[in-house]
Amino acid sequence: MFPRPIAQTSRATQVMYQVALPIALFLWLLPLIGIAVTSLRPPADLAQGNYFGMPSAIAFSNYADVFRNSDLARYILNSFALTIPVVIGAVGLSCLTGYALGIYKFRSNLLIFFLFVAGNFVPFQILMVPVRDLTYNIGLIDTTTGLALFHVAFQTGFCTLFMRNFIKALPFELIEAARVEGVSEVQIFWHIVLPLMRPAIAALSVLIFTFIWNDYFWATVLTTSREAQPITAGLNSLKGQWVASWHLFSAGSIIAALPPVAIFFLMQRHFIAGLTLGAVK
Amino acid sequence: MSTYWKANQRRLAPWLFLAPGMIMFAIYVIIPIFQSMWISFYDWDGLGEAVWIGTANYVELADDPEFYTSFKNNIIWLVLYLLAVPAGLLIAIFLNQTVRGIRLYKSLFFFPFVISQVVVGLIFTWFYAPGFGPIFKLTELVFGQGTAILADDRYVTYGIIAAGLWPQIAYVMILYLTGLNNVAPDQVEAARLDGAKGWRMLWYVILPQLRPATFIAVVVTVIGALRSFDLVSIMTAGGPYGSSRVLSYYMYEQALSEYGYRMGYGAAIAVVLFGIMMVFISGFIWKMWRDETER
Repeated sequence: MFPRPIAQTSRATQVMYQVALPIALFLWLLPLIGIAVTSLRPPADLAQGNYFGMPSAIAFSNYADVFRNSDLARYILNSFALTIPVVIGAVGLSCLTGYALGIYKFRSNLLIFFLFVAGNFVPFQILMVPVRDLTYNIGLIDTTTGLALFHVAFQTGFCTLFMRNFIKALPFELIEAARVEGVSEVQIFWHIVLPLMRPAIAALSVLIFTFIWNDYFWATVLTTSREAQPITAGLNSLKGQWVASWHLFSAGSIIAALPPVAIFFLMQRHFIAGLTLGAVK
Repeated sequence: MSTYWKANQRRLAPWLFLAPGMIMFAIYVIIPIFQSMWISFYDWDGLGEAVWIGTANYVELADDPEFYTSFKNNIIWLVLYLLAVPAGLLIAIFLNQTVRGIRLYKSLFFFPFVISQVVVGLIFTWFYAPGFGPIFKLTELVFGQGTAILADDRYVTYGIIAAGLWPQIAYVMILYLTGLNNVAPDQVEAARLDGAKGWRMLWYVILPQLRPATFIAVVVTVIGALRSFDLVSIMTAGGPYGSSRVLSYYMYEQALSEYGYRMGYGAAIAVVLFGIMMVFISGFIWKMWRDETER
């Protein structure tokens, strides 16, 4: 193990480490702690210039105000209506593509695989004008569906990379044995490979959920109205409405950050497996 | 039909499985890349008739000081963003212990990556806010005069990059933590018996084993740096006076904002950004290709 386990060091080092840990964490999360405290600060404090001292009271009412005075609830709903179908769509499509590229040997296999990988890395701006034009022409500009369709297509690149590597690592004998038994290719996929893919599906789902929830660029390019904008773009719109109301801002930010954070904590193991692209074991 | 399928299903099946994903990916990703290149030779406002102007957009670009500012900022982003790699490694080494509650510490350190860049941008905007922001106060304390970082064209890009580094370091840290977990313990013990420790141990024994993690860390950091858009848009909208623009933001501004709907010119900027990124993407793909075909 590297570095040397702290249990093997002197008593003094151990104590120092135990003290250093919470201090380091506090400093690291200071920005977050800052807005968490501000989100509970009564507006009167801010008016008096008490930005960073102890709050004079704990004002949960800020959170109620945020919902009452703005479209935040609407934006949150939009985000869910966008994110959940995209997760299902992208993960579903990539189960199929990952299976095709992971199991079958055919000449253009690697070429197609690397097309997916490369496409996944391109700058969004090279897609912006044509995608916006396409979405406009099929009548889906400024709708959740239009935004979702793009996300499904784009995330399929990343998901295929992940799924294909995962399937490639499965024991191939299983599939060969099934083929000898005369099981059809579709049934092999459905009854043998898909059940084994559960961990990969879980990992990708949480990861894609976070990616899509946090997307801002495409939200601003493809949606403009409160009926379709997800929370990231919504927060930016609210910036105008909440000029200098930092307590509302902070509360809104915390609410926007909550769903991915909750998912992360609930499914941490899967999340981290997903982030390492399945490449670092 | 069914006999044909039975005889050929192993040859046809992969294409059936690939079809839905490939069609979607082609429509929304592969084809638009070429369409953008095509559009970059036109003068087009996005609605009316597009007029072929040849390379005029690129000629204009070559003479556009705003373009060079954005380009220069992209380079600064790229170089400074790579600091996330050693910084993430440092934190990972610090946290790679087995004391009580360490799992919770690790996840809390990872926190900044989970939240949206929009929120990160808002937090840091507030930290830099002139008059009362803590960073402003700090500069006031140290230099006697407060600096509004986001309103000063000398510091603004660095201020935004600092905000971007926060989640990026968290990401790299997780990659290295997983990597450190897989370092072969017998090799470390053997090296230790040979008297290796500290920096020498890290450099000669640990880092070579962390190579896969380092590769991914560099890939995601480079891509992240060149994709930087959210923070610039949220924190400064390119300002003051365009001094914090990056290519991705400048493209958006030209193509889709009150500055005008110049789709062709925007596409030309995107093509340049794409070209820069292709240098890196080809490198990554080349390495991955080599790994694949060697196996």
